[in-house]
Amino acid sequence: MTPAPTGAAPLNVEALRKDFPLLMRTINRRPIVYLDSASSALQPHAVIAAMTHYYETTHANVHRGVYATAEEATALYERARVVAGRFIDAPDPAREVVFTKNTTESLNLVAHTWGRANLRAGDAVLLTEMEHHANIVPWMILSEEIGGLDLRYIPIDDDGRLVLDDLDRLVDGVKLVGISTMSNVLGTINPVSHIAEVAHSAGAVVVADGAQLVPHAPVDVRSLGVDFIAFSAHKMMGPTGIGVLWGRTELLDAMDPFLGGGGMILDVKLDSFRPAPPPARFEAGTPPIAEAVGLTAAIKYLGDIGMDRIRAHELALTNHALARLDEKLGSDVRVFGPPAGPDRGGVLSLAYRDVHAHDLAQVLDQFGVCVRPGHHCAKPLMRRLGVQATARASLSLFSDERDIEVLIEGLLEAGRLFG
Amino acid sequence: MADLEELYREIILDHYRSPRNRGELDSPPAHRVEGFNPLCGDEVVISMVVKDGKLADLKIGGSGCSISQSSASLMSAAVKGKPVGEVRQLINTFKGMMSIHEATLEHDGDRDGAEAAEPEEIDLDKLGELAALQGVVKFPVRIKCATLSWNALAQGLDEVAAEAS
Repeated sequence: MTPAPTGAAPLNVEALRKDFPLLMRTINRRPIVYLDSASSALQPHAVIAAMTHYYETTHANVHRGVYATAEEATALYERARVVAGRFIDAPDPAREVVFTKNTTESLNLVAHTWGRANLRAGDAVLLTEMEHHANIVPWMILSEEIGGLDLRYIPIDDDGRLVLDDLDRLVDGVKLVGISTMSNVLGTINPVSHIAEVAHSAGAVVVADGAQLVPHAPVDVRSLGVDFIAFSAHKMMGPTGIGVLWGRTELLDAMDPFLGGGGMILDVKLDSFRPAPPPARFEAGTPPIAEAVGLTAAIKYLGDIGMDRIRAHELALTNHALARLDEKLGSDVRVFGPPAGPDRGGVLSLAYRDVHAHDLAQVLDQFGVCVRPGHHCAKPLMRRLGVQATARASLSLFSDERDIEVLIEGLLEAGRLFG
Repeated sequence: MADLEELYREIILDHYRSPRNRGELDSPPAHRVEGFNPLCGDEVVISMVVKDGKLADLKIGGSGCSISQSSASLMSAAVKGKPVGEVRQLINTFKGMMSIHEATLEHDGDRDGAEAAEPEEIDLDKLGELAALQGVVKFPVRIKCATLSWNALAQGLDEVAAEAS
């Protein structure tokens, strides 16, 4: 394996694997090889235990009761906000972190509130060809609602990198730029801070989809320079059902509510209401409290290991996997996305000979290997790549070289079967 | 790999590699219908001609995994030239072979059950080569691949009947 970047001690994967109860499972009488963290990560015991402990000792609704457990639940929920904000170096976590259901809801929130208030028919929105549907469709829905946005896309080159030669022209007159920090299909880590800088000089607001990068590398919103970033707990070893939207205070302050209900108001009369200040303004109804506790535990787990070490491990393993796939399968396998390097995350979307991704995934399942077949909610990108589907193997801090060997073994079997 | 070989029977792989009745008929006069699985992107395009109460001709287009494409190919071979009533019966029999699992998948087993579940005795002999697809029921996620073309064909027959009436 290529050496990890200096300053990052290698992970003891063998020890870390013991933290994940699900890795003890067998699938089809083989040890599970979980290569689908880009879809949803596994949870370490610490996360599961924190949520169980919360339910067994503390649970109450937040922001309402005055009894002891209600106070404790509220404190835990608000603490999660600060923990999540600090994780991305937010300047003012207590005010700028909005809890949502997931990345998708976070992005919809921006489209629905900021977008509705600030975009008019004919306004330009710049996205990229590699966006997940979650950062395309909300803008299309808004476009239909307001009578048509000028949707533009930053194209990609054949290596799966954004083509920025024309950025100045594309960004001209744009009101909003939506950009993935890391592609869930290609693994490309985009130069977000550069794009944000150009976007800002054109007067645009920048919303980043952080779903894939935040769980796998150090991310700080100050150096990224974006105005909003969205991510999900379940992709970073936390529970499902909770996501984050971070936004700049001045933008959040000026935004209208998202959903209406309890918890998001200052006052309600028979004919009117006054919204609460952010972040409560955007959190109507009972929030995911136990999930917030789980998120806190997940962030602590990742933080104790160190995001720089996790990134180094996954980068080294990505490089190793690319080299091994090439060595064992040669031109039979096509891995989409940039070659090994610093702008490459641990996502390996594969096409193997002419075996359909679903058939590949089915054969791999017999080896205990969990990969995701399909279009990965990125159909415009699939069209650009000229494929209907890929089989995607994605790495995690607990992935290692043996996982790659089993993946290759399964691919060879698929080749034999469909030969 | 016993399960896998049950799923990917030789006959399925054969139809996948050399699909029968592949192509497209001019439409009109042929009726064209598309089946689409948004989850995986599998796609089947059927163009069909119903004449004198028979499914006189059909061609299959589209692309997708081995199960969806071989099922479409096997279907085309089984129904081409058959009376429409017989084709509908075969659709029901085939979907019956797949149905309990599909109902469980779609509805969590709590409704629509009367319609889809409890298939009558499936006469595998009637299915002929199509019986090769029964291994699919062990892989519930793939049932939708196997039934894609059948649902499209049923829809196409309905549309043709509606146009005629």
